[in-house]
Amino acid sequence: MLRFIFKRVLEAIPVLLIVATLTFLLLKIMPGGPFDTEKVTTPEIKKQIESYYGLDKPVWKQYVDYMDRLIFHGDLGPSYKYFGWSVNELLAGSLPISLELGCYGLAFALVFGLIAGIIASLRKNTAGDYVPMSIATLGICIPSFVTGPLLILLFALKLRWFNTSGWYFPRDRVLPAITLGLYYMAYISRLTRGGMLEILNQDFIRTARAKGASEWRVIWKHSLRGGLLSVVSFLGPAISGIITGSLVVETIFQIPGAARFFVMAAFNLDGPMLMGTTLVFAVLIIVMNLLVDIAQVWLNPRLRFEE
Amino acid sequence: MRFEFSTLWLRRLPFCLGALAMLSFFPGCTKRQTLVEAGDHDQILHIGNGTEPQELDPDIVTGVQEYHIIMSLLEGLVTEDPVDLHPVPGVAERWDISPDRKVYTFHLRANAKWSNGDPVTAQDFWESYKRILTPSLGSEYSYMHFVVKNAEAYNTGKITDFSQVGYKVIDDHTLQITLNNSTPYFLSLLTHQSWYPVNIRTVAKYGDPYLRGNKWTRPGHYVGNGAFVLAKWRVNDVIEVRKSPTNWDRDRVRLNAIRFYPIDNEDTEERAFRAGQLHITETLPLSKIDYYKANYPGLLKIGPYLGTYFYRVNVTKPPLNDKRVRKALAMAIDRGSIVTNVMKGGQLPAYNLVPPGTAGYTSRTHLEENIAEAKRLLAEAGYPGGKGLPTIELLYNTSEAHRTIAEAIQQMWRTRLGVNAQLVNQEWKVYLDSQRTLNYQVCRGSWIGDYVDPNSFLDMWLTGGGNNETGWSNPEYDRLIAQAAATADPAGRLEVFQKAEAILMDEMPEIPIYFYTRVYLKRPEVKGWYPTLLDNHPYKYVYLESEKK
Repeated sequence: MLRFIFKRVLEAIPVLLIVATLTFLLLKIMPGGPFDTEKVTTPEIKKQIESYYGLDKPVWKQYVDYMDRLIFHGDLGPSYKYFGWSVNELLAGSLPISLELGCYGLAFALVFGLIAGIIASLRKNTAGDYVPMSIATLGICIPSFVTGPLLILLFALKLRWFNTSGWYFPRDRVLPAITLGLYYMAYISRLTRGGMLEILNQDFIRTARAKGASEWRVIWKHSLRGGLLSVVSFLGPAISGIITGSLVVETIFQIPGAARFFVMAAFNLDGPMLMGTTLVFAVLIIVMNLLVDIAQVWLNPRLRFEE
Repeated sequence: MRFEFSTLWLRRLPFCLGALAMLSFFPGCTKRQTLVEAGDHDQILHIGNGTEPQELDPDIVTGVQEYHIIMSLLEGLVTEDPVDLHPVPGVAERWDISPDRKVYTFHLRANAKWSNGDPVTAQDFWESYKRILTPSLGSEYSYMHFVVKNAEAYNTGKITDFSQVGYKVIDDHTLQITLNNSTPYFLSLLTHQSWYPVNIRTVAKYGDPYLRGNKWTRPGHYVGNGAFVLAKWRVNDVIEVRKSPTNWDRDRVRLNAIRFYPIDNEDTEERAFRAGQLHITETLPLSKIDYYKANYPGLLKIGPYLGTYFYRVNVTKPPLNDKRVRKALAMAIDRGSIVTNVMKGGQLPAYNLVPPGTAGYTSRTHLEENIAEAKRLLAEAGYPGGKGLPTIELLYNTSEAHRTIAEAIQQMWRTRLGVNAQLVNQEWKVYLDSQRTLNYQVCRGSWIGDYVDPNSFLDMWLTGGGNNETGWSNPEYDRLIAQAAATADPAGRLEVFQKAEAILMDEMPEIPIYFYTRVYLKRPEVKGWYPTLLDNHPYKYVYLESEKK
């Protein structure tokens, strides 16, 4: 297993290099400059600003300088948009918040998705199946920029249980987590139902029941591990989606997370910020995929780490 | 039976968990005090402030949002009256003006102090002005100082000796400023952030004061001389300033703190206002204006704003190099309809460029909306009924309001003139680049005055001016703008601007559409906050007072 992890980490290095290089090049191709503003400054001033950020050097030199700072000093450079801040500082402040939000969203999705899926599979083709699965279909269809404001309207503005926005008190986490997790919860519940149904029809489940095992034991001990395989393989893309996709939720709820930087950096042509967020998210996704792969082998003895 | 029992339990699990979760939130939830209620009690103002500030260094930033925070932290020689923004004494308690109105001598008050307790001296201002004009800092607002003798030469590197620039420290409390021309709006200029002092010793402590990337603006580092001091800065979250214990005018300040929230989503901001999290919003979504007009007219504020929304026309490419075509396009726009049906925020239709009443100037030029005349001009230019005229590209930056206006105008041109227009939208930076490189035909633009004077709207159209961006050039116009700058008599000067604007409106490198207003929400307990042309609200006069119940 250690060898497997080691190999995957080694593989990640060229992937990250390619991501960094491609992002860098794409940024250079984009029209417009990061320091273009509505009120145009004199060419002299613009030149001063650009030379401060090294943008007057040839592109290959900028690339070499950037990679040098990144690899040998872990320095992601200064933000072109937020003049007084370095990308490291901005990400250090915002990434933990995005991750925290992601964890809540994922926890919400897993807990409620699994429960709904298991119930639906046990109550196949009854109301107990149709109701949660219809809700799940809705959850998959309705985008978060609709569910977010709807939840705010109901729980924050009508019932006054929560704040409409902000990230100050523990209760401020509830609505964003639900909004973020709803889609994944819906998806997970459908996958769980499918996986569980497949397993519950197997002979060994009938044997277990015939043996007189309690229903709880049948579900927990015999079915769940196999039934969850598809859920676990979905977790990889789900986690990437939650990490990079929390932009909408962060904007609706005014949460100071990193996903907003990620998207806004592209609009602002804030090169170092875009590079920084892209790389950090790439690392996160690689790590999460690795964890998911490990979990998959653990759940499914038919798989081995040798691939 | 066991089967039934266990699934029943499972089925109830989500409800149990949900109920548990809700129960845990109930205590304290039901009768919670809102931020606004708590703020009213403690004199803490909660303001929606648009976007996250790029920086809080007055010599570097250019945005309005940044300015709205910085004006609480720093104070210039003169400051603004809260009602109409006319210049009132700030750090300078009085000033003398030479008979030719070119030399201003400012007498600084002895009790003006930085937040670290040091006195604010004439030397501080001199150092600050040197900093903003130093080329290596790359300050984008350095041009605000160009009315001062040799300031432009120093900023562009033509001279390197700062003592030749028109600032002179007479003693600790006396500063003399020598101008190129008598500049009637000079005192208003001084209220701009580019004229604020910075504490150069503090700036030098956290980096090179003449380079960017200095860390002096962090909470704990920031030393200011304004009515408030920086207490908290959490990126994309909140900036808090607290009442300064050292400001010379601290007895007047009634707010204990102001919290600025950088909420860039206007729907989120409006919801926060509704939930009692904000006293004042930055803006209001277009779609909500009618609702507030009908239901809460007392909360909806529509104030004047010194800005014009217009279309730039690239005059270097046919067919728009023909001013008859440009005028025809301008005449066929129904501005009244755009203002009432699209914008709905009390904007004024613009028939000229400079907003009416700007420092006593109201343009006599009035663009006529006349379809018959527009058709005649178009025919005269060789395109009768729009025939033969290639499709015109209308460029705007991606935004709901810009798109709606562009669609309305596209429709007006088609039905009234038979002119086809194609709408093109681009992301902000790409749009700016297209505009700057004249890679467009007609393009949405806007201008917000830097100071209350027609010059702020008219000198941008000078030949080769950085903000001209139309390729338009007119020697007579250039001459008139220069003449206005050299005219000492205020009435005669405005008369020169009248002539200049008449040329601009006849040549039509820009098609004015409407004059801005500020549309926002404000709670009734916010007092001392007046509608002002530049949307500045000096915070030392603002306080919170609820009506007696």
